[in-house]
Amino acid sequence: MTSLALSLKDVKLRFETTALAFDCAVPAGQIVAVVGASGSGKSTLFNVVAGFETPEAGEVLIFGEDMAGRMPAERPVSVIFQENNLFAHLDVATNVGFGISPSLSLDASDRGRIDEALARVGLAGFGKRLPPTLSGGERQRVAVARALVRHRPLLLLDEPFAALDPGMRAEMRDLIVDLHGEEGNTILMITHHPDDVKDLADGVLFLDQGRIVAHDALDRFLARRDLAAINRFLGNDEIR
Amino acid sequence: MFGASENRMTIAAAAFCLGGILLFVGLAGAALLAQSGESGANGLFDAYIWRVTRFTLLQAGLSTGLSILFAIPVSRALARQAAFPGRIWLLRLMALPLGLPALVAALGLIEIWGRQGFLNKGLTALGLQQPISVYGLFGILLAHVFFNMPLAARLMLAGLERIPGEYWRTAANLGMGSLAIFRFVEWPAIRGLLPGIAGLVFMLCATSFTLVLTLGGGPAASTIEVAIYQALRFDFDPPRAIALSALQVVLTATLLLVLKFLAPSPEEGETSGRVIRRFDGLSRLSRFADGTWLAVALVFVGLPFIAIATSGLQADLRRLVGEPAFHRALATSAAIALPSAAISVAMAALMIRAQRLVLARRHRGMPARLFAGTVGASTSLILLVPPVVLGAGWFLLVRPLGDVARFAPFVVVAINALMALPFVHRVLAPAMATHAARTERLAASLGIAGLHRLRWIDWPSLRKPLLMALSFALALSLGDLGAVALFGSQDLATLPWLLYSRMGSYRTADAAGLALLLGLICLVLTMLGTAGEKPPEGRSA
Repeated sequence: MTSLALSLKDVKLRFETTALAFDCAVPAGQIVAVVGASGSGKSTLFNVVAGFETPEAGEVLIFGEDMAGRMPAERPVSVIFQENNLFAHLDVATNVGFGISPSLSLDASDRGRIDEALARVGLAGFGKRLPPTLSGGERQRVAVARALVRHRPLLLLDEPFAALDPGMRAEMRDLIVDLHGEEGNTILMITHHPDDVKDLADGVLFLDQGRIVAHDALDRFLARRDLAAINRFLGNDEIR
Repeated sequence: MFGASENRMTIAAAAFCLGGILLFVGLAGAALLAQSGESGANGLFDAYIWRVTRFTLLQAGLSTGLSILFAIPVSRALARQAAFPGRIWLLRLMALPLGLPALVAALGLIEIWGRQGFLNKGLTALGLQQPISVYGLFGILLAHVFFNMPLAARLMLAGLERIPGEYWRTAANLGMGSLAIFRFVEWPAIRGLLPGIAGLVFMLCATSFTLVLTLGGGPAASTIEVAIYQALRFDFDPPRAIALSALQVVLTATLLLVLKFLAPSPEEGETSGRVIRRFDGLSRLSRFADGTWLAVALVFVGLPFIAIATSGLQADLRRLVGEPAFHRALATSAAIALPSAAISVAMAALMIRAQRLVLARRHRGMPARLFAGTVGASTSLILLVPPVVLGAGWFLLVRPLGDVARFAPFVVVAINALMALPFVHRVLAPAMATHAARTERLAASLGIAGLHRLRWIDWPSLRKPLLMALSFALALSLGDLGAVALFGSQDLATLPWLLYSRMGSYRTADAAGLALLLGLICLVLTMLGTAGEKPPEGRSA
């Protein structure tokens, strides 16, 4: 665990009503849960890493490289959102195909890779289906398949299971764990569910009011009682 | 449902309105049919009529194609550059042609593209001999694109802005280029809207009267509507007018059917309102391309307004405003626009309320459903039977009764009221539905009824949509030439009629001044009428 997948140094952004400041170092190969109340800055943190938002100050390093001035597509990052990950008017295989070529020039071997990726997420034979005919969970699997063919070492999951029912959440968690085992990539995942944190994460980034107030390994995080916001998130108040 | 006698009165009044509309349109149709019987159908399919029909379809097709081809890059540029200074003003400018009377716009276009216009003066200065002529097909296309390109662009922009924000971030994350984004994201969204937009624009261009009347060049560039007018007003050839009217109704009926079955009607719809970040609009190349298209659109749409303003200000406005002819025209216009707008709004409100009452009954019999359906259809009857056709029917109907001029004001008021009805209905229906859903049961349970309900419940929350509808209807009637054209005379000279006759007698400075005044009045009224054109807050539960 010597190399760092992501490091944010004195990253600062200001919006109309809030100011955010991020500082953290995430080791490569981990799954890190990003948690905190809504409005605490989780999505902004992701936007900064993915390149959708430009910080006013500070450095964003991904695998040691400075990301300043790099467009979203030039970063070693794939993103999966809560919904609308797929272009609804294009079939599943085409949507995955964008992960290989953004102008969709695909040859036979590329098509083979698409089918293979779909099979890996349990959607073999779904290539010709249109996204609206799939369930929410299936659509998210297609997005995972696209991330698979893209092979970017850092994967950002922005509440990817939020629109799914509990059974599907568990299935998706298993899928993510499996693929992480095979790919060895680094995953940052925003979530609201303590279950996701306990089942998936190696570490936890906890945000409160635009700052990363805790960055712990999972067992240490779960044992913490010193911050009111964390107690609220873990439900520790109710236990007592 | 609640307050039985009051409701029965509402329904009876609405039925009376409905009967009035059907009778008004039906009598015009009957007059046309009756006279066609006595004249025989030999004049029906002569070469002139075919030529006019062909030109009507040709100019409408070309206008539609050009408007859409121009609108695609403009809407794309507006969508891609979501936050540049002045964007909101450009959008407001794109909404302006809607409120400009066609006659005023025609004058503005002539100021620029006409023989004495900016453009030809420039070309002559450059040593070009042959001036561009704005009259004929070219001018008609120009005017139709001026009106419809902004409309199409706004509808397309709304479609593009409805695309989920994640799409743009995904596209940026995947590294899709501008071409790939157009092919796979933007074009599919636009393509879905095209049938509706194209149908709407084609319909507007196929039934456009004033622009063709002023910019068309004789029989070679005349549409069916203008030919009807000429047949009655100049040639006095009723059979020809009748044949043309029948043709026009068949054409609009076909178009309406095609639109109904093939194309969902385009909507501006609501967008999330937050600024959408388009990463593909950041590169220097796309900024340059978008900036160029927006500049072209700005000049194309903006110049006629500037031309109207500058040449209008050069006219002797003070003398013009002091002229008795202007006073008479203003009074005539007001005397026609005010009652027609009031009638339109009152009829629409009554019929919408009655429709709701009838449909709220638990046992909806066949008559109730028929009534409700007819009410819905009657508000857009004017689309099927255009003003000039209605006017032609009534012209023939009242002629045997004596001087046409005596009846003219009433016919024009009625036609103008019908013309405004589709727009008034579109403003009032959603507002009244929301209002009813919120207050109906509460008011009934508290026993608030009759005038008390009108005063304390209905008026406060419906005042705004009612005034908006009234304002829009006023603008429409004030700027109208189609209904007045057939009946206009010394006794019935409205502002557009006065403007048209000043243009015809080459009193250009007067015409420019009048156009400025008329344009200003109508634009202000339209802006008031569309001010809060957002979906009513808190859509009904």
